[in-house]
Amino acid sequence: MQEENLKKRQFLSAQVDLSKFNRSHFEAATEDEKRQQDVMGESTTFLKDGMRRLRKNPLAMASIIVLLLIVLTIIVAPSFVPYSYSEIISVNGKRDKSAANLGPFEYSKAEQRYMKSTGEKLFPHILGTDSLSRDYFIRVIYGTRVSLSVGVVAAIMVLIIGLVYGSVAGYFGGRVDLIMMRIVDIIYSLPDMLIIILLSVVFNERLKPLIDKTILRVLGTNMISMFLVFGLLYWVSMARLIRGQILSIKNNEYVLAAKCIGTKNGRILRRHILPNCLSVIIITTALQVPSAIFTESYLSFLGLGVSAPLTSLGSLANDARAGMQSYPLRLVVPAVIICLIVLALNLLGDGLRDAFDSKLN
Amino acid sequence: MENKNLLEVSHLKQYFPVRQGFHRIPLKAVDDVSFTIKPGETLGLVGESGCGKTTVGRTLLRLYQPTGGRIVFDGEVLFDSGEQYDDNGKLITDGEGRPVMGTRIDVDMLPYRKQMQMVFQDPYSSLNPRMTVEDIIGEPLDVHKLYSSKKERREKILSLMETVGLNAEHAMRYAHEFSGGQRQRIGIARALAVNPKFIVCDEPVSALDVSIQAQVVNMFEELQEKLGVAYLFIAHDLLVVHHISDRIAVMYLGKVVEIADADELNANPMHPYTLSLLSAVPIPDPETARKSNRIVLEGDVPSPLRMPSGCPFRTRCRYATEQCAMEMPPLSDRGNGHFTACWNK
Repeated sequence: MQEENLKKRQFLSAQVDLSKFNRSHFEAATEDEKRQQDVMGESTTFLKDGMRRLRKNPLAMASIIVLLLIVLTIIVAPSFVPYSYSEIISVNGKRDKSAANLGPFEYSKAEQRYMKSTGEKLFPHILGTDSLSRDYFIRVIYGTRVSLSVGVVAAIMVLIIGLVYGSVAGYFGGRVDLIMMRIVDIIYSLPDMLIIILLSVVFNERLKPLIDKTILRVLGTNMISMFLVFGLLYWVSMARLIRGQILSIKNNEYVLAAKCIGTKNGRILRRHILPNCLSVIIITTALQVPSAIFTESYLSFLGLGVSAPLTSLGSLANDARAGMQSYPLRLVVPAVIICLIVLALNLLGDGLRDAFDSKLN
Repeated sequence: MENKNLLEVSHLKQYFPVRQGFHRIPLKAVDDVSFTIKPGETLGLVGESGCGKTTVGRTLLRLYQPTGGRIVFDGEVLFDSGEQYDDNGKLITDGEGRPVMGTRIDVDMLPYRKQMQMVFQDPYSSLNPRMTVEDIIGEPLDVHKLYSSKKERREKILSLMETVGLNAEHAMRYAHEFSGGQRQRIGIARALAVNPKFIVCDEPVSALDVSIQAQVVNMFEELQEKLGVAYLFIAHDLLVVHHISDRIAVMYLGKVVEIADADELNANPMHPYTLSLLSAVPIPDPETARKSNRIVLEGDVPSPLRMPSGCPFRTRCRYATEQCAMEMPPLSDRGNGHFTACWNK
């Protein structure tokens, strides 16, 4: 019956004439061959899946290793280097005038005499000393600490403010969006460098009495005013970006489906909208860190950064400019560290985006 | 079938403001639409693109705030704009032409979301790519707190997946790992999770290819038999709609022009628009198709921003008379449960 139905109806038809075939022409698939048809892979959670892809990315892994090494060094080093970042080298309690501008692993004359007379081995100056006879290695360590923390804290502040502001504006839209984005436009239209300089001057004055007796004193007013400045100014681009993302994502049918289910706005934002702009958030945050490090160096260069004797990578590079021809190492070291941090963060941001953006897979 | 209506929609209006230069003019996406659905019944809703089918579905579920009208679900008023109508369906106005307003009712929809659900058109954009199938189907359970333990949640999800013919071991996968038909099944499982009495199916098969369409449509029918759920089945494919529907409503430019039982509509179409729609249904046999008499409408659909006066179809209707330009014909009973809005037929 069935075979008759499947007979060719017309001469030119491409239909296969099944009457010419019987069971012997076909062979059952083996279990192995059947398994080949299972195209679906092992399924894992979102985080595990992303981490697995991240681990496969050599550039991102190298960046993580570099960043971990830098962080580990700046945490551990001060505990075994006997010098402090503000300490002028002294031997036997007397200031060592010959210790200025030493090369890497060099000892000053006074130190050599001291070692010869007591037989005690002094800790080497790994990167030599600066023109004020301070150990340069420990200064670089502290400079990296300051620069990295400024970068990370600024990026986190920008992320939090930008995320909240941008998602509210983007999600509710309409008049709320209009007013909120005009405020952003106003902040955006101000020249940021000028504002940063003005604000840091003002904050410096005002903050001093406020933080005098608190734990924040350790950081110094300059650092705190810098955090505030970043927090107040740099969130606007983040807010714009997140708003744009949310505007496009909230028109997806799955958001409508969530509304139809009765999901509340907060949950829709958290479960449906934000995870879908996660890749953009990750990469912008990762890029915010180097941009904050740059700005901090710029401010330090103008004398508005961290106050001496505390230092940052930017101010170290700036100080080294004067002796660039005689002591190029002092410029190269902080510059290379800035480059390493910035490059590693950028590559890591890229890697994270590739790993966690399921649309790219 | 019971006589009580599960859903009564009367004079539903949904206007969207559109800015044109300095003016804001209303786009009448849905204009004065009334129909009823009985428990366990399927009402098909057909019409060309842009005629407001989807808007009707979404407004029903209050995903949009209706401009006017009244929605009654299971005996409870969900929305009433307060406008009052006389027995002939005319708006009651006072001396100055303003409508006489009754009480306005606008309830919180959350408890009703458990009873009215929706299946979406595009199986690719209606599932969150960041969520596993388990979480997608589990979300309605989470929102309405329909389980007491993690174990119960999982069991419910797995049984839902089984109901729609999905493999239980796929629960931990992401939506993008599935084919179109499977994704639509996930969407259906999500809608069924709250055990609704009524589902709006917004062109659930038009994004699928024909063989998958048949599977999904048959599944809708099986689910209806098993669960007794009522559907508003929106589609533009008359064959599919005729197959699944008990009754069919035909829409044109935001208005319902004809409602009848599915077979009655097919055998005895009255409205000229329905006639041309039915004549456009593809016929599988080329011999018959060549002999068939296709009614090709002239001109384009008028812009919903500049609706013609009276009957919206009159600009393309070959029977149009002066009366059509004066007044919109009411949906009048032609016997046998057949209603048509036309002066001349």
